Order: sequence, then structure tokens, then C-alpha cells
Amino acid sequence: MTFQSKHLLGLERTSAEDIFTILDTAKSFREVLDRPIKRLPTLQGKTVVNLFYEPSTRTRISFELAEKRLSADIVNFSASTSSVKKGETLIDTVKNIEAMKIDMVVVRHSSPGAPHLLARVMNANIINAGDGGHEHPTQALLDMFTIRQKLGELKGKTVALVGDISHSRVAMSNIHGLNKLGAKVIVCGPSTLIPREIQKLNVEVYHNIDEIIPKVDVLNILRLQLERQREALFPSLREYHNYFGITRERLEGSTKPILIMHPGPMNRGIEISSNVADSEHSVILEQVTNGVAIRMAVLFLLAGGQSEIN
Amino acid sequence: MRLTKNVKISSKSYQALPKKILLKGGQVVDPSQDLSVEKDILLEGGKIKQVGEIDEKSFDGDVLDCKGKIISPGWMDMHVHLREPGYEGKETIASGCLAAANGGFTGVCCMPNTSPPIDTQEIIQYIKDRSKGFLVNVYPVAAITKKREGKELSEILELVEQGAVAISDDGNPVMSAELMRRALEYSKMVDIPVIGHEEDANMTAGGDMHEGFVSTCQGLHGMPSVAEEIMISRDIMLAEYTDARFHVAHISTRNSVELVRHAKKKGIQVTAEVTPHHFMLTDEAVREFDTNTKMNPPLRTESDRLAMLEGLKDGTIDAIATDHAPHAFEEKEAEYIYAPFGIVGLETALGLAFTELFHKKLLTLKEIIYKFAVRPYEILNLEKPQIKKGKMANLTLFTQNEKWQVTASSFLSKSQNSPFLGWELLGKPFVAINNNQIFVSNL
Repeated sequence: MTFQSKHLLGLERTSAEDIFTILDTAKSFREVLDRPIKRLPTLQGKTVVNLFYEPSTRTRISFELAEKRLSADIVNFSASTSSVKKGETLIDTVKNIEAMKIDMVVVRHSSPGAPHLLARVMNANIINAGDGGHEHPTQALLDMFTIRQKLGELKGKTVALVGDISHSRVAMSNIHGLNKLGAKVIVCGPSTLIPREIQKLNVEVYHNIDEIIPKVDVLNILRLQLERQREALFPSLREYHNYFGITRERLEGSTKPILIMHPGPMNRGIEISSNVADSEHSVILEQVTNGVAIRMAVLFLLAGGQSEIN
Repeated sequence: MRLTKNVKISSKSYQALPKKILLKGGQVVDPSQDLSVEKDILLEGGKIKQVGEIDEKSFDGDVLDCKGKIISPGWMDMHVHLREPGYEGKETIASGCLAAANGGFTGVCCMPNTSPPIDTQEIIQYIKDRSKGFLVNVYPVAAITKKREGKELSEILELVEQGAVAISDDGNPVMSAELMRRALEYSKMVDIPVIGHEEDANMTAGGDMHEGFVSTCQGLHGMPSVAEEIMISRDIMLAEYTDARFHVAHISTRNSVELVRHAKKKGIQVTAEVTPHHFMLTDEAVREFDTNTKMNPPLRTESDRLAMLEGLKDGTIDAIATDHAPHAFEEKEAEYIYAPFGIVGLETALGLAFTELFHKKLLTLKEIIYKFAVRPYEILNLEKPQIKKGKMANLTLFTQNEKWQVTASSFLSKSQNSPFLGWELLGKPFVAINNNQIFVSNL
């Protein structure tokens, strides 16, 4: 199977075949990460621009490491040091960068659709590293990779996305990806943090954590945006933790072990208690390691590499 | 088109109407007189001299061949942003009026969200001065409140005396029910409608599109239908309480149409307009993140769109108005959340109305003309143009079947922010005549 996509803008329009190709390719790169020498010459001579219009620590570092492991030349651009403040449009900025002859752009932006805009005006391969509340495809891919690594094929597994679902790009990309790979998806959170008509995306909606615990194989616990309290979306952190926080006591409602995931950064003691985050079922740090492998796979495949690597 | 003798018509500016001109062989349709008949019209000195059978051979003036054309009273777009003063990079009064004539309109209402806003008699006078001598009549809509801030009433009596035909804080809702009540009461003295931009701003803050399944998929902040419906309910109740005239600008949801329908049945003085984009498009259009699908009110669902068609059909929706909202290229060629709301509409309204309403057999020719050329004048309490001997020649000529493609280069607006570029439409503006001038559409 050859890889079809020119860009990775989101999982909504990425085929199941391409998702499988990325996950399988990442497996080989994951092995490379355990070698003493982690560098491959794969992207030698290619130039990747990391265009971060929104603050990010782990995603930016993860992409940068993935690029370095593949020997790409890297340029980092973040909004605080950019021409944004001089009033230049996004399109002018990226056209200027492209005029310096670059091959790929990794973009993080607060506006949904910003990577799509770049894909429309640039020739480079565009990778969405998070566009507002829309999609964060590499996060969902690394989540799926981790589930597959721990539990085997996704088909037939039940994955719950827990917490602040509304305008969560992590949730949206996971929903699209998990559906395509045959997993059953549950979303669970306060009714004010579940976006309208999300059922149409083939997910089941719950508002009670204890109800879903016996049903699930995986809990993917989303970060609570603390500013949501000011928007009247929940009354207090105290109440949030008491009703929606994942605690060890709650997990005792299940007869089987549940894989605990979190895209980070965590609010310990709010959406997840420390004894869950650090428990033997938590794969939160493994997600981070796998993230580098997934991003290596995406960069490699978009640059024209085929799914077999040597 | 055949213009004989010495008349040469450029398509980018108004020309003086020949002293005597015969409109030969058109279908004359004037819903205000229940008229629909093939007739010749003789114009002399800018007035209608005769409507009837006129022999071309014995006529010594200019002849405009109108075979296959519809001749209707001049069309009015009661919701236009001319952007001047303040935003001349987007549009000017001159370019907006040319765009209007190009689209078949001989009259426009200009909305007050200019800079400075239309809240003083000086700005009204400025607009009158800047539109003097044009083919297109410009009717200013003044702000309900000073600076459109929703705090204190504008000097409404003086603004109306100076030429304002209605009041609206368009672009902003009047959030205070108390202030809206007083605006309705006060405006009754001069018998003008209060035009409501209906949204509860607390509910729509930060929104970029309609709240629903598509906003969930796109990760864009939603503006719920109910934010519009709450305000329409409130203002219908206030209109009933004050017995004043209330007009709903750019109605967009199914429940809003139902509210207006119910209010009309009760005899409350409420009227409503809809834009072509709200009866043509739905929020599905936002899927590609094209910023020309970003407008306020936002594109709604298919059920809402169908409610617009039902409302037009049963008369709940009185008028079609474009909410022509020009923006410069670089403003729209931006990230979705940073792009401004609004699209141009003057030059596509006629084609869209005929394509969607006439050719799909939802409205008759007469009904469409009524919603563009008759009802807006009635809502605004202005004398409506009529095709009658002795009246001013204020006419819109168009075809109902001609196929054409919407292209930015044929627009005369300064801006091209339209989601309909490239569309094939049926029905095309041909000629606009008013104020002793003639304009041949460039479309």
C-alpha cells in the first residue's frame, strides 16, 4: 500500500489505509529510538519549518526531535519572535519562508483551518500540529499507536475520551481516527463541555464516570482548560474533580485493568489524581516517547518515503 | 441589446438617459398594479410618457430592444454597507452605488456602522452629498444609539428630518430591553421602522459560525440559533407593547421565521428580510474553511434554509436584502477566526433569487419583484416606483432565463468577497434606469 496523502491536515479526511501505514511505519522508528545511535539519514537535505503561532512545549520538542533523528535541516519560528507583530498576514509570512526553499511545514495555530489555508497557498507538505479546537492528528496517531502497542488491534476496543471535549482538538482527531480503525468511542464529561450533536460522529455520550468505567479498555483523560470556569462551563475545580476526576477509587469499579492516557500537560488533582497518573496502568510517558516515532513516520511518509524502511 | 442612433453606452458608468427613448417589446411586470403584460414604454425627460403599443417606425428617438427582457419597477436593497465614511478601502458610496446598478438595484439603504457612524445629521448630509447625481438613490439608516454603543438614543427626530429612513445599530444588537423599548416608542413619532440586528451578544461572543454539528467538527466557536430567537421574541413583544414598527434584519433561523409568522397573525407590526445567502447556503459550506462563508448571522442548517423558503413563500418574510458587506482581499484571505464577517451581495442577488426561487418554482416572477421592488419601499414608508404614465422612470430591466457565470472581474464593487464566484446562475441584470440616467450591467 502506498501512502496517499500530501499533507497531514487532520484525520477526518485521512483514509484508514494511510492511518495504518503511519502506525506501521512508526513501529520501525520506535525501535530506532531504543538504539544507542538514534539518527537516520532519511531526511538529509530536506528543510522543515516548525511554525508555532501558539505556545507549545512538548509538541514542538517532539517534532523537533523527530526531525533531528531523521537528519532534516530545521528552522524554528514562533509567534513571539515573528513578523506577526509587524502586521504581516499569515500568507505573506509563509510565502516568504517558502521563497527561501523549504520542503515541509509543521504548523500550530489557534485558528481552525490555518493548516488548510497553508496547504492552499504553499507547495510544501503541511503537517497540522494543532489548529485551534479542530484537530491534532499526530496526537491522536500517537494515542492509537500506544493503544495498539499495549492492547493489540483497535478493532473492538472501547476507548473513552474524558473531560473537556468541547473544542478539544485531541478529542476530535481521536474520534475520527478511532472510528476509522474500528474502535468504539465514548465521550464523558460535564454536559456543558460536550459539543452539540457530537453523537453524529458515532460516539456515545455519558456524564457519569462511574457508569463508563466497567465498559472501557482505555481512558484518555483530557486536560481541563481552567479558563472554562470563567465562561460558566463548570462551577468549580472542586466539583469538577469530585464528579469527573479520575481517581484510584473510581477505577476500582472495573474488573479489568484500564489503560490510562493523557495528552498532557496534566492538571494533577483536577482531571487526574497523582496515584492514577503514576500508576502501573498509566502509559502517559510512553505516549510521549511514541509521539517522536509517530512524527518521524509522518515526516518520512510525507517526504515520499514508502512504508518499508530499512 | 440594440441601441440605435447616437447612444453609446459604456458599462462602467451611468449615462444620461436620451431625451426620448423607447423600451421596445419587454414584459412589463409591476406587482403593485397587478400588471404583467408585453408592452412598450416611452420615456421622455426621465419620466414615463406612455405605456402601450408604440410603433418604432414613426418614433424619432432612441430605441432599446427589450425583447425577452423583464421590465420591473426599480429594485431596492434595504440592507447595504457602503463603508463610507471610514472604510473606503472596502467600498465607497460611489463604488457601492455602481455595484448596486450593476446588480439591477436603483435604490439602497446604507447601514450606519461607518466610522464615524451615521448618528449625526452631518454624516447624513455627507452621504447625501457624496451620492448626489447618482442613478442609485441612497437612503441612510441612522444609528439607534449614539456611536452604536447601545447606551443612549441618537437624536432620532433630527436624523429623520435630515433624511434617515429607518434606525438600526446594525452589526450590534441593542442589548438593553429598556433602551429598545424607548427606541420603538420614540421612533413612532416619525413612523419609521426600527431595524433589529438580532443576537444576544453574550451568547454569541467569540463565535465564528453557526453552533451545531458542523461547528463541532470544525472546532470553531458556535453562535447558537437561540441567540437570535431570544432577541426576536423580545423585540416582537416590545413592538406589541409599544405598538411600534419593528423590522427583523437578515432573519436566519427556522424558529425566528415561526416567531415572525405568529406575530404577524396576532397583528403585531413586524416585518422581516432574508439574504440570498441564507436561502442558498448552509453551514456545510464552512467545511473547507473558506472565509467567504463567514458572516453574521452565520449560515445555518438545511432545516433553517428550508424555513427561509417557506417564509418567503407564505409572506412571513417580506423582503430580500443582501447585507452587502464588502471587505478587502487581504482581510478575508486570513485565518478563519481572524477574518471579518460578511460577503458582497449586490451583484449576485438577482441571479441567485431567480436560480433558487424562480427556476425551482418556489416564487413567481411577480412575487420575486414584489420582494425586491415593492415591499422594501412599503416597509420604509417611501413612495414606491411604479410603471405608470407620469411617474419618474425608475426601472430595473433583466432576464429571467439567461445563464451566466459569476466572475470577480465583472463586479463593480471594490471588493470581491463572495462565496458565489464561479457559480452559474440563471437570470441576469440588464439595465437600470433612474434619475434620468441609464446603466447597462457589466455582468
